[in-house]
Amino acid sequence: MAETLLYFTELVSMPVFDLKGKRIGRIKDAAIVPLVHPSRIDRFLMGGADAWLVIRYDQVASITLSRGISLNDEQLVPYHDDEYMMRIARDLFDQQIIDVNGRKVVRVNDITMEVHHDGGRDTLTVLEVDIGVRSIFRRLLQGVAPPRLIRRLQHRIPPNSIRWDLANVVEPDPLRRLRLNISYSKLEEMHPADLADIVEELGPAEREAIFETIDSEAAADALSEVDPRMQVSILESLEPEKAADIVEEMAPDEAADLLNELEDETSEEILHEMDSAPKTEVRELLEFDEDTAGGLMNTEYVALHENASVMDALAALRGNEDLLETLNTLFLVDADERLCGTIPLARLFIASGGAKLQELTAETLIQVNVDERQDRVTELFDKYNLLTLPVVDEDGKLAGVITADDIISVLRAK
Amino acid sequence: MRKFLSRFRYHIAVFFAVLGPGFITAVVDNDAGGILTYSQAGAQFGYLPLWTLMPITVLLIIAQEMCSRMGAVTGKGLSDLIREEYGLRITFMMMALLVIVNLTNVMSEFAGIASSLELFHISRYISVPLSAIAVWFLVVKGNYQSVEKIFLFACVLYVTYVISGFLVQPDWKEAALYSVRPVLLLQKDYLYMLIGMVGTTIAPWMQFYLQAAVVEKGITAKEYGESRIEVIVGCVMTAVIAFFIIVACAGAIYRLQPREIHDASEAALGLKPFGEYAFMLFSAGLFNASIFAACILPLSTAYTVCEGMGFESGVNKRLREAPIFYGLYTLLIVVGAGVVLLPKFPLVRMILWSQVLNGMLLPLILVFMILLVNKKELMGEWANPKWFNFVSWVAVVVIIGLTLAYVGLTVRRVQ
Repeated sequence: MAETLLYFTELVSMPVFDLKGKRIGRIKDAAIVPLVHPSRIDRFLMGGADAWLVIRYDQVASITLSRGISLNDEQLVPYHDDEYMMRIARDLFDQQIIDVNGRKVVRVNDITMEVHHDGGRDTLTVLEVDIGVRSIFRRLLQGVAPPRLIRRLQHRIPPNSIRWDLANVVEPDPLRRLRLNISYSKLEEMHPADLADIVEELGPAEREAIFETIDSEAAADALSEVDPRMQVSILESLEPEKAADIVEEMAPDEAADLLNELEDETSEEILHEMDSAPKTEVRELLEFDEDTAGGLMNTEYVALHENASVMDALAALRGNEDLLETLNTLFLVDADERLCGTIPLARLFIASGGAKLQELTAETLIQVNVDERQDRVTELFDKYNLLTLPVVDEDGKLAGVITADDIISVLRAK
Repeated sequence: MRKFLSRFRYHIAVFFAVLGPGFITAVVDNDAGGILTYSQAGAQFGYLPLWTLMPITVLLIIAQEMCSRMGAVTGKGLSDLIREEYGLRITFMMMALLVIVNLTNVMSEFAGIASSLELFHISRYISVPLSAIAVWFLVVKGNYQSVEKIFLFACVLYVTYVISGFLVQPDWKEAALYSVRPVLLLQKDYLYMLIGMVGTTIAPWMQFYLQAAVVEKGITAKEYGESRIEVIVGCVMTAVIAFFIIVACAGAIYRLQPREIHDASEAALGLKPFGEYAFMLFSAGLFNASIFAACILPLSTAYTVCEGMGFESGVNKRLREAPIFYGLYTLLIVVGAGVVLLPKFPLVRMILWSQVLNGMLLPLILVFMILLVNKKELMGEWANPKWFNFVSWVAVVVIIGLTLAYVGLTVRRVQ
């Protein structure tokens, strides 16, 4: 173990010496002030004769494992609780944090810090958050065995740590989050399914904090991956405006399913806050019974007039870029919006630009009525190996589309 | 009116949605050890001890209610909370103690499996290994929802005790009378038995299991009203089953010849004169209870320890992701089942010691629970109101007092 590393467990109860080399107290805790520096230990809290005193980082001359902390300035002020301080022993130890890289929730056992010698001063910066057996071992023995012995013994246990900049502290209180400069922007980059797993492991307050803070799109993606019962409790815990923002970003069919699960009052409140376009779509979907084709379908599809050409189709796709990721079928409708054909998207690539879409349609038109039973719908998917299935109302008008992922959810839920 | 009906329907739906944790925990409480204690009570003292069931139920409800409330409000397990509020060292010591206690409990469950199936002439060298493997697979290969359904079904099977209670045709008038009339005999054996009933009914692991199950199920503070009803119903059910066990043994064994029994299977045999069915149902009930608890105990222990210590846990994780979780889980089953097969292993002594250890750990846990449930920053508006706090402290002190008395008496006996 390099001499430049120091564990927080070793820092705690380290003796502090004044300029004359007299011992004046022991370290009780230390704090980062994230708004000033993201990882430097900014204040040391020392238990003196009767009150705790604060040592600023620039008052420390040297920090060593064997000789403790020597000061270069003895003007210490008494400790007052300061909302801008993140105290390691109080606020971090034993708490859950998010390992952004490993995509899981972990519990803090210890902190590894690095000692920098610059000029006549020693400063500490937080390097890693320690989890796993090695740090548990260290903490249990701390104060019982001498630190050097602990260091030697722990070598047999494999280390398990997270880099400090990849550790996301979870703080439910929004004001304190601001003061401690905590953001969840790193979580937005995660895969929604991973983020969903993480929030499922956290308590309700922390969960709410994350959904309140991250942008609505990431929140919507993650929310659709969360366990359905938890979805409900998350939405209910949010302010209706924020909930509405998130629901707007969800696929309309999922949004409708979710709102269906809420108490009527709550779902009305959320609908009330939504923008009018997604609101009408969701409202229409809410009308259908959950286990019919209408309840399964969503209304995000691309439909073109029966006389349209391939060029028109490409133009329509450009106008619906947000749908492209999952789109695999185009629909043809006549002047009365009645469905008259489906076109597998891939056929567009091998057709010439001026070709009529009508020439590209699949041979048989498979469609279901909005009130078709869910079992029958799954049967059709199986029988015809479908990726998408158009749903029409009683007049034969295209009402929506069911995709294979909806069917997978249905089958999984059984 | 329509609105009222729809709200009513909503609450019923929520009740069924939250059904599980409280019910299962309370019922599992009547495990091999519990059945033995109740059988002993009935066999030795007849209907006299029935009155204790009511106060026991109240104590049980008070303890369980706090746990499920903490789970619903904080969304965290009891070991999580203890770790976050009281640090690693205390958690570690508590977890170490819990593992030892629960290991001895697992042993007594497998002993229950062995002796109940031996009544059906199945050798323990077949029944115990097979049960151990079945238990391991059920949990490792299942998910929480499917496992919970199996557990709820196992709860239903406890009805065998009710039927066997009827089959021995006990004196119902007397049973009813002594259910409400407290009788205190100043006899050493009688007192020991009364305290033992409390000791086996409220166990340390239950608090952890219940809270974790409430969290796992995703019950929130909003649904807590229904969850509380579930806990109460579960506790009452437990008392009802205990009632029938005592009554069956009182009606069968005590009526013929009051005596001390040392094994729950002995109680089953005592029912034989009242027909093959009474005997078989009682034995089947013992098997059900034992294997049910043998499923839950190792799992709950592994969860609790891993959560408290911050290791990966959960049956939906792979073996490589959560090695300590699966390791601990497997170890508890293998050792718990293994010692039952060792010919010279002092099992009865071990089970008595497990109750002593239970009794030593329980006060610690109850005190932590009550401190935690009073923390405003954790529980907010759901913290204990003053009057309830008073009631809970009284309950906790009573439980602790009785448990420690039980420990003292047991230690004397063992020596």
